[in-house]
Amino acid sequence: MIPADPDKAFGVYVHWPFCLSKCPYCDFNSHVRHAAIDEERFARAFAREIETIAARAPDREVSSIFLGGGTPSLMQPKTVGAVLDAIGKHWRVAPDAEITLEANPTSVEATRFRGYRAAGVNRVSLGVQALDDASLKALGRLHTVQEAMDAVAIARSVFDRYSFDLIYARPDQTPAMWEAELRQAIAQAAEHLSLYQLTIEAETPFFALHQAGKLKTPDEATARALYDVTQDVCAELGLPSYEISNHARLGAECKHNLVYWRGQEYAGIGPGAHGRLDIDGRRHAIATEKRPETWLMRVEATGHGVIVDDLLNSEERADEFLLMGLRLAEGIDPTRYQALSGRALDPGRIAVLRDEGAIVVDANGRLRVTQAGFPVLDAVVADLAA
Amino acid sequence: MTAIPITNIRNFAIVAHIDHGKSTLADRLIQTTGGLQAREMKEQVLDSMDIERERGITIKAQTVRLTYPAKDGTTYILNLIDTPGHVDFAYEVSRSLAACEGSLLVVDASQGVEAQTLANVYHALDAGHEIVPVLNKIDLPAAEPDQVKQQIEDVIGIDASDAVMISAKTGIGIDLVLEAIVHRLPPPIGDRSASLKALLVDSWYDVYLGVVVLVRVVDGVMKKGQRIRMMGTNAAYDVERVGVFTPKMTTGDELGPGEIGFITAAIKEVADTRVGDTITDDRKPITEMLPGFKPAIPVVFCGLFPVDADDFETLRAAMGKLRLNDASFSFEMETSAALGFGFRCGFLGLLHLEIIQERLSREFDLNLIATAPSVIYKMHLTDGAEIEIHNPIDMPDVVKIAEIHEPWIEATILTPDEYLGSVLKLCQDRRGTQKELTYVGSRAMVKYNLPLNEVVFDFYDRLKSVSKGYASFDYHLTDYKPADLVKMQILVNNEPVDALSMLVHRTRAEGRGRAMVEKMKELIPPHMFVIPIQAAIGGKIIARETVRALRKDVTAKCYGGDITRKRKLLEKQKEGKKKMRQFGKVDIPQEAFIAALKVDS
Repeated sequence: MIPADPDKAFGVYVHWPFCLSKCPYCDFNSHVRHAAIDEERFARAFAREIETIAARAPDREVSSIFLGGGTPSLMQPKTVGAVLDAIGKHWRVAPDAEITLEANPTSVEATRFRGYRAAGVNRVSLGVQALDDASLKALGRLHTVQEAMDAVAIARSVFDRYSFDLIYARPDQTPAMWEAELRQAIAQAAEHLSLYQLTIEAETPFFALHQAGKLKTPDEATARALYDVTQDVCAELGLPSYEISNHARLGAECKHNLVYWRGQEYAGIGPGAHGRLDIDGRRHAIATEKRPETWLMRVEATGHGVIVDDLLNSEERADEFLLMGLRLAEGIDPTRYQALSGRALDPGRIAVLRDEGAIVVDANGRLRVTQAGFPVLDAVVADLAA
Repeated sequence: MTAIPITNIRNFAIVAHIDHGKSTLADRLIQTTGGLQAREMKEQVLDSMDIERERGITIKAQTVRLTYPAKDGTTYILNLIDTPGHVDFAYEVSRSLAACEGSLLVVDASQGVEAQTLANVYHALDAGHEIVPVLNKIDLPAAEPDQVKQQIEDVIGIDASDAVMISAKTGIGIDLVLEAIVHRLPPPIGDRSASLKALLVDSWYDVYLGVVVLVRVVDGVMKKGQRIRMMGTNAAYDVERVGVFTPKMTTGDELGPGEIGFITAAIKEVADTRVGDTITDDRKPITEMLPGFKPAIPVVFCGLFPVDADDFETLRAAMGKLRLNDASFSFEMETSAALGFGFRCGFLGLLHLEIIQERLSREFDLNLIATAPSVIYKMHLTDGAEIEIHNPIDMPDVVKIAEIHEPWIEATILTPDEYLGSVLKLCQDRRGTQKELTYVGSRAMVKYNLPLNEVVFDFYDRLKSVSKGYASFDYHLTDYKPADLVKMQILVNNEPVDALSMLVHRTRAEGRGRAMVEKMKELIPPHMFVIPIQAAIGGKIIARETVRALRKDVTAKCYGGDITRKRKLLEKQKEGKKKMRQFGKVDIPQEAFIAALKVDS
């Protein structure tokens, strides 16, 4: 049995797998289709899968919904409405639920913002990625800085809450350049920013270029300097990091992402979506078919596109809790780790990491990674999990 | 088994270098005389352990009895003994050879004589063998039979004019080999009516039968039910089974003079049997043992530690099992601050060490760390006492040591001329002194006196690398000589790593120390802090490197709640951590230990 989590939250993730073009750094489940997409058929399939999953995990109150992708802002507002209605039909949605949609900041997509709002979306996350046209082009983005800023302005007027993403540690980016860009971004950002370091993922065009030496990413020291600038500038301007790459004004944290990081339950709907559900006291790690058309046919035939449904053992469960939880500034409760894994974290490892200033154990007994520890979080987690 | 006239028996061994086709020829002889049906043949029938088959090394002596109807109309019994083929098992080889009257000297017609062949052929000559040279692989385009014949005559000094020309692979000339065995090798001599006198050739443990003893009857008869006595260990047993290998185990009633076969006698451990011992009838014992009996003495030592401390008991059980079958391997418990609980083990030589290590990991699925191989040093103390040390940890305080003596060997190396310079340099660098340099065609043969401690440390690998694998090597221990040795320690994060301590010649300490710390630096991953790595003699630092601190190591984005991917990465990291040793605050990967102990300076 999984020990009860004191802080109940339940998220629903919906994946829209289509993009107008593929960005060369992206290894997410996204597909480009030249023929028109039959959105009504997809909407019916989403509804069907929601029904099936909700039957397996009933009686939850949805505290957040996240429409990610791909590019969900390519969906007609009607389609988004159908998906949200289906969720509302099979689960109870909390009155204060956070409902986020990822959007590309282009003028075309911004015209649909009001429609999304009317469908029930109350937060957008904009893939701005850079405030420099040359960089946007290099990243394969289809918008300009001006277009993005216009979209941000529209988002601000339409939604209660919005966020945008930037990618840093781009080729040839210096800490000074990044600091200027970041300050400009924060001037536009009301409450939330996601700041990701460019990572070279296998099976992307950037990977091949990087391997061939044609794409140079910053070395470890520069990457560290860029990270430090990010932390310092955001903290100074009132957007401290509440998670390793997410910054928000106090109270404006993304509820949905907190579900992941706190190891809570979430359902994954749509092609290539992941979920974590506690059924009969066991945690299930669930994933669906990635190819959109195959997923569609599976759902139409069987009611769902689930192709992976693994029961996590206590060690896997505890590993996930640790690796996600330590990304948060609030850290983890070590007793919960012990309850999940059946063993306490190694006091010797904790002592070494404390001596190095990488972690602290606060007055409430929570174990938190420090500002010095975050840049080397992967090593910290591996040490503690070992 | 009906009694065969002793004149119709031929006992022979095959002397060959690895890869020159010994096992293939043996297979071919078995197949031709019908010992096994074609469907039962698998390559290298005689090498029963995986490791033997893969590396082409025979560890245990094995025999096969062949029935051969010769062209003269007489049916002969041919007993082939496959001997252990490596210098570490020189004593075992000599006992196997003592069970035979003749040898086939198999030489690759394109490669020529190698150092190992040379050593073994001399053992065969020492055993009084008639030798039939056999040139193998004559079908290869690179074969140079005439040159190789000349080489055999020049180097070994035996007549090779009527060498048998064969290709064991294709079967060419196998009939000629069989005829040569019958007509050119002498039959054994023995007295059936005399008291039992038999040689204990080898023994091994069989799960179903207990210890199986390979014997050669010299005089008298060995029978089922007979009470026998091992003269060396002075233990008596009742013979339960008598038989031969065809190569299938086939039981019979007796083994007569000149015959080679096996017995079982409710013997519990291989350690109860001594290779080279004499077996006699307990009721009518003979008084004089066969010559040449020697107990096995380990000459190379190292510590073996499980990478995962939980495997210690498994390791202990595994070593016990291996020792059931190999009494020449010794072990006792040892504790190391860096490596935890393990065993200090003694081996007949480096290859023996490698084989045991490989069998432990392969047959028992154990992940092991081996410390630097050591030899036995004799410490002459200032109070006049003399102690033997094979573990640097046991070294007395330097002020108490008057003089340290180390073992020396005589090495024989055969190498193509073009690599001679590098080979000489290697021997020179290892404190060697040249004794002899002669040429055999385009191959040079050098003899060097070398300290054994320089040879146990990475010498084979270096020799192979400087000669592109062409040089061959053989050695035997000669004597002990005084040496200027110091104890060198490696410090990681200012703490000495006991497992890396070693006794090393003063002139070689700095080079070795530098190479070791450089290797450690490469293989210890960056931590959250800077890690100094030093080599020291006493309080004096002789080399230093630093592992930089980790600066940035975090992956940011997480797609749509796909935690599985991140967890898999973490699992990989944890797997990697398991292969590391926590030493103080530092995680040292096992490869770092292994590599540091293998570096050459």
